[in-house]
Amino acid sequence: MSVLEVKDLQVELMTTDDVIRAVDGVSFHIDPGETVTIIGESGSGKSTTAMALLRLLPDDLAVISGEARISGQDVTGDRKVINQLRGRAVALIPQDPMTALNPIRTIGRQMTEAVRIKYPKISRAEAKQRALSLMEQVHIREPAKQFDAYPHQLSGGMLQRVLIAMAVSTDADLIVADEPTSALDVTVQAGILDLLLELQEQTGIALLLITHDLGVARLMSDRIHVMKSGVFVESGPVTDVVDHPQHPYTQKLLGAIPELGAWVDPAVGRDDEGDADGTDAAADVATDRIKEATHG
Amino acid sequence: MADNLLTVSNLVVEYKTGKDAFRAVDDVSFTVPRGGTLAIVGESGCGKSTIAKALVRLLKPTSGTVDLDGTDLAALTERQLRPMRHRVQMVFQDPYGSLDPHLTAQEIVAEPIAVRGEKSRAVQRTKAAALIERVGLPKTALGRKPPEFSGGQRQRIGIARALASEPELLVCDEATSALDVSVQAQVLALLADIQADTGLTYLFISHNLGVVRAISQNTVVMRAGKIVESGRTDDLLSRPQEEYTQRLRRSALEPGLMTGIKPRHLIRHIAASRTAETAKAAS
Repeated sequence: MSVLEVKDLQVELMTTDDVIRAVDGVSFHIDPGETVTIIGESGSGKSTTAMALLRLLPDDLAVISGEARISGQDVTGDRKVINQLRGRAVALIPQDPMTALNPIRTIGRQMTEAVRIKYPKISRAEAKQRALSLMEQVHIREPAKQFDAYPHQLSGGMLQRVLIAMAVSTDADLIVADEPTSALDVTVQAGILDLLLELQEQTGIALLLITHDLGVARLMSDRIHVMKSGVFVESGPVTDVVDHPQHPYTQKLLGAIPELGAWVDPAVGRDDEGDADGTDAAADVATDRIKEATHG
Repeated sequence: MADNLLTVSNLVVEYKTGKDAFRAVDDVSFTVPRGGTLAIVGESGCGKSTIAKALVRLLKPTSGTVDLDGTDLAALTERQLRPMRHRVQMVFQDPYGSLDPHLTAQEIVAEPIAVRGEKSRAVQRTKAAALIERVGLPKTALGRKPPEFSGGQRQRIGIARALASEPELLVCDEATSALDVSVQAQVLALLADIQADTGLTYLFISHNLGVVRAISQNTVVMRAGKIVESGRTDDLLSRPQEEYTQRLRRSALEPGLMTGIKPRHLIRHIAASRTAETAKAAS
């Protein structure tokens, strides 16, 4: 069974003198262990889709229709359904880690609060223990020290790790990540994306990724939906969409990315981890780069 | 010898923090050839925007020289600087916060023309209209105000306003970072076009290596206030020498160069080298 099953989802946003159909009938699904990415530019409706699924849009401003099942339960109707699923079956990793946490409470207090949504009966000491091991799992250094820190004392990358730990704490089936690395520096972004891939390898969690960055989408996804003006203009396996884009808009998006040209990464050559898969793939990449260099 | 419009030597900028000073730019030197483009790349906190602010003298450098065509801007008093200010103009990162929302596009662009000494309102308006047309906006844009424009259109107005001062050097501080990729490509094309037409010199500050490759001939890589590596942009990107530059290069995720599904090995090195470095710094 799919973790997320969306059929003909529509979202209409009420403005003072107009109704805008921000999401105009999209259908997609995500299976366990899969990452499905919605990619698009500002105003495409990609974030509105995600926020509608989590019911984070105000009822008086957004009218949702269609069907969206998270772990089998339709969340488009009664809000009670999503209230039971949020923080349990589904968790959100927001765009801006700097403003997503409560600034006047310690990391530890907010972590244990998240842990207790799933396990309301455990003791304070158990909750702390669980929080600390989650912080370790997302590679936060010296978790015991960071546990007592306030959000402003941590960097953006570390805060995003905390938020990922909170999402993981729920044992959710699905994580919705809305531009999870857009506010971060590129080398920090690499660490966060690596962590998400690692967690998915370990837990088989499904991921709905919202991004405007085709590089991020290419790295993270099994399948991609390209969104424009509220509809999917192209959908398919990541390799098809990126390597053989069919729709002119996808071609235009790919064409607009400034290319970096060929280079040979010295670190890929001396990959000594003995990881056969990794080495093969690295060799493929090197071959591709040489191909690209010779063609232009 | 190369004809350099700008020569920055041993630039130091410190921010006062209570009793101490934080050195944001630490002994940085570079040159920008006339009519060319130098890019400064780096991550948050590396000092790249502080350099931009020092060049347009929104900040006074702590020490060092900023030589613009024979005049050391760093040494001038505010009064001496004023007649020089138009020569170095800036295009800001945020197209939403950098334009006065109460003025029309034409008024925004006409302001610097008036500051340059043009008395006639009619001439100011004609010149402003020509610049707005030059940056690719329609005539209907003239009477509209910033909130009515998209991010890309606002950035075009910002460029027109900077050009209105008749600058010799244009400092673009993450000028395309807030834009969608397709809009970014259009703004980069516009900047290249203007340079080809007028020979204007650019200092282009960015965190995006792809953008840097598209716009610049030479690049300086910065980290923690210091220059890590510099050279011709193509060489720097195809054969980065320093570990940090290699890491930046590796972090730039290029969809066209990836193969396989979820190729985690491409980023594992970056994550690992960062972790090793923070561990080293902590011990």
